[in-house]
Parts: sequence; structure tokens; C-alpha cells
Amino acid sequence: MSETLKVKTMAQFAAEGKQPEILFWVGCAGSFDDRSKKITRAFAKILNHLEIDFAVLGTEESCTGDPAKRSGNEFLFQMQAMVNIQTLNGYGIKKIVTTCPHCFNTLKNEYPSLGGNYEVLHHSQFLQQLIDEGKLKVQGGSFKGKKITFHDPCYLGRGNNIYEAPRELIKQLDADLVEMKRCRSESFCCGAGGAQVFKEAEPGNKEVNIERTEEALELKPDVIATGCPFCMIMLTDGVKLKNQNENVKVIDLAELIAAGL
Amino acid sequence: MISQIIFTVIFTGSILWFFSSLKKIRDNIFLGKKVTVKGEVKERLKIMARVALGQGKMFTRPVAGLLHLIVYLGFLIVNIEMLEIVIDGVAGTHRVLSFMGGFYDFLIASFEFFAVAVIIACIVFLIRRNILKIKRFHNPEMTKWPKTDANLILIFEILLMTAFLTMNAADSLLQQLNADHYVKAGAFPFSSFLHPLFSGFDIQQLIIVERSAWWFHIIGVLLFLNYLPISKHFHIIMAFPNTYFSKLEPKTALDNLEAVTREVKLMLDPNANPYEAPASNEQPGRFGAKDVTDLNRIQLLNAYTCTECGRCTSVCPANITGKKLSPRKIMMDVRDRMEELGKHKRQHGNVDDGKALIRDYISEEEIFACTTCNACSEICPVNIDPVSIIIDLRRYLVMEESKLPQEWTTMLTNIENNGAPWQFSMNDRLNWVNE
Repeated sequence: MSETLKVKTMAQFAAEGKQPEILFWVGCAGSFDDRSKKITRAFAKILNHLEIDFAVLGTEESCTGDPAKRSGNEFLFQMQAMVNIQTLNGYGIKKIVTTCPHCFNTLKNEYPSLGGNYEVLHHSQFLQQLIDEGKLKVQGGSFKGKKITFHDPCYLGRGNNIYEAPRELIKQLDADLVEMKRCRSESFCCGAGGAQVFKEAEPGNKEVNIERTEEALELKPDVIATGCPFCMIMLTDGVKLKNQNENVKVIDLAELIAAGL
Repeated sequence: MISQIIFTVIFTGSILWFFSSLKKIRDNIFLGKKVTVKGEVKERLKIMARVALGQGKMFTRPVAGLLHLIVYLGFLIVNIEMLEIVIDGVAGTHRVLSFMGGFYDFLIASFEFFAVAVIIACIVFLIRRNILKIKRFHNPEMTKWPKTDANLILIFEILLMTAFLTMNAADSLLQQLNADHYVKAGAFPFSSFLHPLFSGFDIQQLIIVERSAWWFHIIGVLLFLNYLPISKHFHIIMAFPNTYFSKLEPKTALDNLEAVTREVKLMLDPNANPYEAPASNEQPGRFGAKDVTDLNRIQLLNAYTCTECGRCTSVCPANITGKKLSPRKIMMDVRDRMEELGKHKRQHGNVDDGKALIRDYISEEEIFACTTCNACSEICPVNIDPVSIIIDLRRYLVMEESKLPQEWTTMLTNIENNGAPWQFSMNDRLNWVNE
């Protein structure tokens, strides 16, 4: 990815006295994790391509507090939340799009009672809207006819009932969407949620991500599609451990769409 | 006349006994913290109608779902018969509702149909539990009592239904013999198959059979009623209030602790006077939950509603991959601890019994293994939310005892210092643009 992206920060917008249409909440994984940064770039590329007026907070963005809250540190969560809400409200943000279901869940469901009220969308919902409105035309490109299975992230699916948007996106690629036995509301966790990704798992006889990867690999897919940077980390690891990284790619929805532009 | 008096005494006694058990359970639930219920009554009633009354979530497991539906319908429908039995028992009448004529015949015939269906379903359930090795019935938390409890319920139901059919069989024979007091009413498509058992019985013997079965049935039902409060079978009652109090927020939305909000606002407000007296003189509460008294009443109601079916544990990613966490065990532990503490308080007043839910019942290892994926709460047929309890226990361990995995300490420090769970500088947040 060497193409140049046009990305402006909220501070720049504010300096120009303008307000962007949307705020792209990048999230910590999207900002720092090498693999997730590619998802971030892909989504920014789509926004650039469609000339959508968007901003990021850049250095003013901070962790939403999701891992703090779920690991039980409500203090730290609320500190993070209040500071972020101050920043967001200070800029008069109305609409937020994010590529991370954990940021999405926290911003949408846990910030309102602390004074942060925004319209929050996961990027799959946002992209789906653009397609519905005819603004985004998708081509199958290299994914046409490929066997793709979608892993439902818990915080998107079961958490917030978003099952269709990701599948609609995959169907746009003229791909062969195959479902795992445990999908949609019965989807199996990747093992990262609840701040688990930041520590070793408790003793057991298998890692959760291996169990899930094996289930996906049973379908012999070309692509395992994800919509969450943490599912991405867990499944990529799983595929590598199973020595299948040559045959099966783990790709985010934003990357699937961006590749066909 | 004597039998009417005996019946009335037994009946009133067992109803009173049942309500005194209910009172104890109410007291146990009220050990928990008060909770403000949000959301519309209409929406809540809808959920209750769909999930509890309509069995809306049972059919994700079709076989168990169908069998359960049969037993459930059988229970509801055969219980209409209880109305007649009670009136007959008190008033000394026989088949008092038989004035309904053809409709009465239809009712009795359908009761018989369901009695047979319930017996078959219960036998299949017994086979599933005891002979087929279905994993969720054999987890470590399924110790002696939970297993016995399950079998007792099934045997109870089979006996009650058998008594009902025997009673009808003897009754229909008495009707054929024009015995006094036995009105000609009802249709007996299933119990009539039992007639050969009583061939050669005279009226006196048949009356003994009919009366014994009648008494066995009604006393059995009353005993069963009083067995409920100590059994997991209590879900047949608790499923209704429990689904009414379902979580309406998105599954992954956790509550924001208000006590923390006050503290954090104070910390962030440059004009706040930290020495100012708090607005109310309430005792500073505990952060998170150490014991059942720190949980809220809906969480405790959840525990009394759990029927230990284990669907939650069978979909739990931690449990499937061999970790100690089992959402069912969490619910069973909460109930056991509540019962223990409730009993202790009734005997010794407000004296600490030196035990707690955490560690005496639930280990840290279990609490830290949850991925908060909510598969358990999604699949629960009666909308129990084990994740909320797990999170409250975590909150206690982390905020009150600073007991948490080392890596989490590092992660939390990173968030605090760098605004990210990893050790990166905030200044590098935009590096992705030019990579």
C-alpha cells in the first residue's frame, strides 16, 4: 500500500472552521497494530475514493476504555470515556464510523449515559448504506467466485444484532458466501473479547482461536472475512498455526471492498 | 365428610407451606441490591409472552424443544383438571364440571392424551439424561443433587400422570357398572387400555383403586408444589418474572457504575472541592460484587430461575476449550450462596458468616476466563445474563483487591499512560496514514 491517502484531523477541520460529515474513529488496533493498520488504510481509501468528507481525531484519539471496562476497571473506563466525550463534544461530533466493533459498542451503548450521544456506525453498516444509496459501486475483482466465509464478531452480531450488512457486502463481490456451522447469533467467539486478547488464556485443552479457525478451515474457504481487528488478530494467528496461511487469507470487509475499487 | 375435612386441611396446609417457602425465596432475593427497572411495561410483557409463555427460545435445540413443549402443554392443560379435583375434594362432589357435557368429554380425552404424551416425553428425558451421554448433563458442576433433582422431577411427573390415568380407568369402569356417586361423564380414549388390569374387580375394589389414585394424584401434586422451591424445577414459576426483567439493552452493553461516575467527575472537575461532604449520607458501597449481597435483585432472580439445563455452558467458548468457567456453575453458585446466606441470616441475624461468593464458591480463574461473548445469555431459554455477574465479580477483584492477571495490569497502565492498551506513544496514532 504505497498510495497516498488524504486524511485530515478534526483539529484541521476546526482550524478551517468546517465540520466533516463523519468522524472516522480509528481505534487503538487500527492505529498501532500492523495488520489492523491495513484495514484502517483500506477504509480511508474507500472514503477518499468516494470523496467523503471525513476526519480523524489523530493524536487526540484515546482508547475508548473497552478493555478497561471488561477487565473490571470501571474507574479507568470512565476516565477514558469522559475525556473522549469532552473531545468529541468539543468538536461537536454528530456521526462516528468505526472499523472496530469494540469501539463501536462502547461509543454507541456505553457513552450515552456519560454524556456522549452520537450516531455510531460500524463500517459494514456505513458501506452497506453507501451501496444502497448507489454511491458505492462494488466489483468482485479478485474475489469473484471465491469461497468466502464470514466470522461474526460477538460485539457486532450477538451484541448489536448486525448480521446482514457484512453478508450483503460479501455478496456484492459475486463471491460464494459459505456459512460455518456456528454463525450469526450462534457464532463462536474468536477468543479476544472481554480483554482476553491482552493476556494468556486460562489453562484449558485448546485455544479458543484454534477451535474457531479449525471450524472455518473445515469449509476449505479461500478467504475468512472478518469485521473486527481483534478477530483478525486471532484468526490470522490461528491460520498461521495451522500452516494454512498460503491457502487461506484472513481479510477485513473494508479490504475486500477497497480491493475492487 | 371426614375425607372432605382431611382434604381441606391438607390442601390449605400445603398452599400455606408453599407461600412460606416463597417468602423465604423473596427474602433471599432481597439480599441483593435494589435495581431500577427501565423500559416500557408493554415491551417487557411482550418478551415474557414470547420467551416464557411461548417457549420462544426452546427450539434452538429441536429435540429437547419438542419434548419440553409436550411436558409444558401437558402441565398447563392437565392442571385444568386440578380445579375440578380441588372442588370435588372440598365439596365432596364427583366430577363437578361434568355438566359441560360434550365439551367435558373432549376435555377429559385431551387430558388423557397429554398425560400419555408427558409420560413418553419424561421417559425420553430420563434416557437422555441417564443413558445417552449428552455432554451438558455430565459437566463437573452436575454433582449428586442436580442429577437427582432432575431425575426426581421426571419420575414425579410420570407417577402423577400414571395416577391420573389409573384413576380415570377405574372411574370409567365404575361408570359402566352404574356405581353410586360415579356420574357418567368424560371420554377415556387412553385410560381404557388399562381396563384389563382390573378385570374381575368388583365395585368396592374399583372404588378403592379410584380413590387411592385420586388421593395419590392430588397429594402428589401438592407435594410437587412444595418441592418446587428447593428444586431447579422452580423455573416453571420464575421464568415469568425473570423474562419480564430481561435485559433490554444490547447484549454487550454494560452498565456504567454511578458511584464511579461521581468520583470520576470529581477528579476531572478542576473546581471540585474534594473535602465537600457527599450529597447524600449513604454509605460508600463496594465496587463490584464480592458476595451475593453486592449483586442486584435481578441477578439473584436469575439464579433462582436457572434450571441447570446447561445450554449456556455447552456454547461457552471458554468451557468448550477446557477452561474452568461454566456459566451454569456461576448461576448455581449464586443460588447456593444465596440460600446459605439467607439461612444464616434467619438464624443468626446480621452476623457475618465469614464466607463469600468469590473464592468460597467461584474461583478467580473462572472469573478471568470469560470472553464476554454473550453466547450464554443469547442461548438461555429464560433470558438469564451470567455475563453481568462475571463482570461484577471482576470489578470487585480488580477495583477492591487489585487481584488481576499481571498482563492486565500492564494493559491498564498502558491505557492510563498512553491511551492505548499497548505501549505506543499517542503521537504515533496517525502513522498509518503514511505507511
